[in-house]
Amino acid sequence: MNTKSMIVLIFTAFLFACESTPEKADDAVAVEDQGTNLSDATDDASSEAQTYGTEDDETSGISSLDDPQGPLSVRIIYFEYDSSDIQFEYRETVEAHAAYLVANPNTIMTLEGHADERGSREYNLALGERRAQTVKRQMTLLGASPDQIRTVSYGEERPAIDDHDDYSWSQNRRVEILY
Amino acid sequence: MNIRKFGSIVFFTHILLGTLLVLNNALALDITIEQGVENPIPVAIVPFGWSQASLAPIDLSKIVAGDLERSARFEAMDFKDLPQRPAEYKDVNFRDWRLLGMENLVIGQLVLTEAGEYEVEFRLIDVYKEKQIAGFRLPSTKAQLRTTAHEISDIIYEKLIGVRGAFATRIAYITVNQKRDGSKIFSLQIADADGHNPQILLESPEPLMSPSWSPDGKRLAYVSFEGKNSNIFVQDIKTGKRDNVAANKGINSAPAWSPDGSSLAMTLSKDGNTEIYIMHLESRTLRRITNNQAIDTEPNWSKDGKKLAFTSDRGGSPQIYEVAVRGGGKPKRLTFNGPYHARPRYSSDGNSMIMVTGQGGIYRIAILDLRNGFSDILTKARLDESPSFAPNDHMIIYTTTGARGTTLAAVSADGQVHQRLALQDGEVREPAWGPFLPRR
Repeated sequence: MNTKSMIVLIFTAFLFACESTPEKADDAVAVEDQGTNLSDATDDASSEAQTYGTEDDETSGISSLDDPQGPLSVRIIYFEYDSSDIQFEYRETVEAHAAYLVANPNTIMTLEGHADERGSREYNLALGERRAQTVKRQMTLLGASPDQIRTVSYGEERPAIDDHDDYSWSQNRRVEILY
Repeated sequence: MNIRKFGSIVFFTHILLGTLLVLNNALALDITIEQGVENPIPVAIVPFGWSQASLAPIDLSKIVAGDLERSARFEAMDFKDLPQRPAEYKDVNFRDWRLLGMENLVIGQLVLTEAGEYEVEFRLIDVYKEKQIAGFRLPSTKAQLRTTAHEISDIIYEKLIGVRGAFATRIAYITVNQKRDGSKIFSLQIADADGHNPQILLESPEPLMSPSWSPDGKRLAYVSFEGKNSNIFVQDIKTGKRDNVAANKGINSAPAWSPDGSSLAMTLSKDGNTEIYIMHLESRTLRRITNNQAIDTEPNWSKDGKKLAFTSDRGGSPQIYEVAVRGGGKPKRLTFNGPYHARPRYSSDGNSMIMVTGQGGIYRIAILDLRNGFSDILTKARLDESPSFAPNDHMIIYTTTGARGTTLAAVSADGQVHQRLALQDGEVREPAWGPFLPRR
């Protein structure tokens, strides 16, 4: 075999080797899509197949906090009249925020409890707290540390909408999630 | 309270130390009558005599007539219809007054003494019996003249109705105004019961709640969110100095003075959920009164200091309970007919209690007779709250919410008299009627 064929052979072999790396990139993408195993993705992305995903947990967490489509973008939980039960439609939200706290043990969250204006103000202050405490309890049951969750109640004193009808009241019966 | 928190409090609020922001004789609250008694008592009030050449510093008879008319139990004769203007008893022509059916006549004099102070003389006369019912000479400084007029109204009220008048009293309330940028300014204010002489005690960009008068009328306890959480403050009205008496984790609210002024009952949730505690103010020691998973809040002392009424939903929905201050024991439930009763306030004589009662989305003020258990709904709107007794138990001031927000109103304990108290600007809420001034 002359040198020229040797070079072609080696070059061809090299091409085959290169073709395998796209598969590796695919693997990295697949891991990324699963969501929480972000550290695995960054480890695997040590070679040229890096797509997205960043260095450490916290910043990758903030990108999902900022994701306008993700469950963490929901920051208000609404309640039924005179109730502090978390409605089924908010389960995913509570779970997502609890998981975020678990993944980010240095993050502190504040839950602000509110009530609509009907009835006595001081009782509504206690009702707002009961709502915030219910959300907190649910999150700690899902593994979040209670030290990461602060609660405060504003009762009916800080309405989201200043009007006096059923719609406004429904918007004021809420717990706000603040980071 | 650490330095940082103190700094943020100073930053966030304007505390008027040393001076009160007096808005002159400006009228804070415009009081109008919506409904009066069927047969108001006729009374003629003659403009008081004044012997100096200069203008009188004040029109006392106008203030007295205003007080009595505003109570909606009296009808004061028009000044232009007065047949004569006697300043002294000897000048009264009884026949003239009898012809007009004016059974009650008030005459008086304002006298400037040599020392530059004032003396107010007045007489309440029964025109049919041709007898004086009451007569007093009241010394006064110039600044106290308005209050002196209210004291005269109190005496007339007492002589003709049988209950001490509450005209020489003050009320406290919270106002909310919106700035141009949409943010809110909250203020704690006091004013005379007739709406005059408003004074701002505190302004804050964060909510204020639950003003409560000390029994001597010198201090106000209230809830402020200036520290980004509910905290209880006690403020001296004259000096503006204040103490942050409760700043625990969780809720610190619903302050209520004991009748001897030594303690505050309050709602704290620092131990897990809202409970009632009593704080001895001088020692700041706390005594826990309730121990229950439910919401327990809105404590109010009976005037003998022996019982606390409070709101609790331990039975499933908010109802009013009563517990002994000393000796504990199981709280006794007081309200049964209806799904919602809250915000209890004892009358001074201990015979009745006012509260918020709710049913079918409508919240009104009700009065419960503690002697026989009968209750009456006093108000007519849909979102009424925060009732407060006048110290004579005769009138109840409260908040009513309409399309344009909250405003004050008043109703008599027998339901016959209805008044509106409108603020010039903004919303007003959470009225607290102050105590009687010490009798002269």
